[in-house]
Amino acid sequence: MSVHVTPIRVYLLIFGALMVGTLLTVWAAFLQLGAFNDIVAMAIAVTKATLVVLYFMHVRHSTRLTKITVVAGFLWLAILVGLLLSDYFTRGFLAG
Amino acid sequence: MSERQGPRRQHYLNATWGLKSWLLTKDHKRIAILYLLGITVFFFIGGLFAVLIRLELATPAGDMVQPDTYNRLFTMHGVMMIFFFLIPSIPAVLGNFLIPLMIGAKDLAFPKLNLASWYIYMLGGSFALWAMFNGGVDTGWTFYTPFSTTFSNSYVIATALGIFILGFSSILTGLNFVVTIHRMRAPGLTWFRLPLFVWAQYATSLIQILGTPVLAVTILLVAAERLLHIGIFDPALGGDPVLFQHLFWFYSHPAVYIMVLPSMGVISELITAFARKRIFGYQFVAFASIAIAVLGFLVWGHHMFVSSQSVYAGVVFSFLSMFVAVPSAVKVFNWTATLYQGSISWDTPMLYALGFIGLFTIGGLTGVMLSTLGIDIHVHDTYFVVAHFHYIMVGGAIMGYLGGLHFWWPKITGRLYPVFWSKLSALMIFVGFNLTFFPQFLLGYMGMPRRYHAYPEEFQVLNVMSSAGATILGVGYLIPMIYFVWSMRYGERASSNPWGAVGLEWETTSPPPSHNFLEPPTVDHEAYDYVRRAQEQRVA
Ligand SMILES: [Cu+2]
Repeated sequence: MSVHVTPIRVYLLIFGALMVGTLLTVWAAFLQLGAFNDIVAMAIAVTKATLVVLYFMHVRHSTRLTKITVVAGFLWLAILVGLLLSDYFTRGFLAG
Repeated sequence: MSERQGPRRQHYLNATWGLKSWLLTKDHKRIAILYLLGITVFFFIGGLFAVLIRLELATPAGDMVQPDTYNRLFTMHGVMMIFFFLIPSIPAVLGNFLIPLMIGAKDLAFPKLNLASWYIYMLGGSFALWAMFNGGVDTGWTFYTPFSTTFSNSYVIATALGIFILGFSSILTGLNFVVTIHRMRAPGLTWFRLPLFVWAQYATSLIQILGTPVLAVTILLVAAERLLHIGIFDPALGGDPVLFQHLFWFYSHPAVYIMVLPSMGVISELITAFARKRIFGYQFVAFASIAIAVLGFLVWGHHMFVSSQSVYAGVVFSFLSMFVAVPSAVKVFNWTATLYQGSISWDTPMLYALGFIGLFTIGGLTGVMLSTLGIDIHVHDTYFVVAHFHYIMVGGAIMGYLGGLHFWWPKITGRLYPVFWSKLSALMIFVGFNLTFFPQFLLGYMGMPRRYHAYPEEFQVLNVMSSAGATILGVGYLIPMIYFVWSMRYGERASSNPWGAVGLEWETTSPPPSHNFLEPPTVDHEAYDYVRRAQEQRVA
């Protein structure tokens, strides 16, 4: 396993992208998109988080074991959210 | 195999002297002992609350303490026992001490982080103790909203903060173990040659890493709502109180496996050592630990059948909960099959192991009953539930912890403890435990609710039995305290392998040298290879 050294230029680029994302979030919040306001904000946030994980946290050039660890974290979050929503989405089924 | 060891031989206990050498140690074995001291203190504080609870419940009238005080008693009992004793008990003491020894390493992967974990644990404990001395908490150890966020006038935030801090110690210990087990195994020690205690600790560590952050976030949300009135759980502010239960049990159901999986790992070591046999179905037992860890995350809704959780979600959670019985039963059957045609000896650790199998089976089967929707609605919030989880946590986790402590005590201290007293106390704990908690199954089934300080006359006989059992149990716990301390000075010196067990930890001296092994060990055989051991002894 060779240690990958990320050039400073990449860090600066990612930092710039994150700043642009922040500005986009603020700008989008003032648009009247109805339900899509939440979706747009979440999409930008997820993109930013992905950049942080891949570059600032060095996951992109890590071993497969590290990648599995990261994926496991998100998988567990998906379990939490998924089973949690299974409650909220089916509560109304009996009413009526 | 009884080498004479002069008292002047260097080992980790006498390598350096003074308080500073302990408080700044990076030796996993010394840190294990620091943890042992810490959790023993919390165990006796938690036990003291149990004594007061059982005293109050000896009579039907609520005549000893005020109802509000009683609420604080059972809350502090639960908080102390679960967060500050059971969760760290086996991992932080036995896991810390044994994992490097069992895999032939000098120490854990991150020794300084290990010491930091202990300080974080003590800091969290201090917060909880501070809250306790100022009047305690009355929410129950579960901190259910909206009581905890809106109505309780007790030290909710201070206690919750203590648990929040403690959580980091748990996460860091898990992280340390995972990295150590991946990276520091001796040459030849493949995954399927690892002792099953290491497998169990590995599975436990995964739960600690993946589950504990959710508890931390939940506690922060409670604090945010209590202090800043941000609407998360309060319907008046747009929140949902049941959301708290979801988040809380996402951690707290798997937390039960943080307590009992390491205990199962200990039992695998004890059963093989005292039946002189390789474990039946090694790979099944190993993967059962992983299966329990993963399935444990899919079942939390079984705590919420009578909340406003959707019935459809309830059906799914009920079904998934029953699945956990499969890997648990695999373990119980495999331990039993290991005993078959083994040459069994009845040393003290084995008594605990056999006790564990019986008590865990009762706890597990009543768990299947409780995961059934219809039964759970009938006995929800009764003593049936209290009895069930004490069979798992005390009958399971604490039996394993004490069994392990008795098994490895000669390795940890280099001393033996008195056989008669240790067998007597093991017996007292088994009898006292059953007398305390079996009547509670009956009480719960007859409808006695938990968390009340008074009850109708007709429940008194069973409650007096329970209080009497608790007295025997309490004495049973005090006796080992006394002879363990006694043995450190007056106990007979232990050889490196007093039980004739197989495993790298028995190949170094008792107590081990600071860096565990004088020469780095290599491994060329399976775990629990008692057949090979017997052949070697015949040749010698
Ligand atoms: Cu549960």
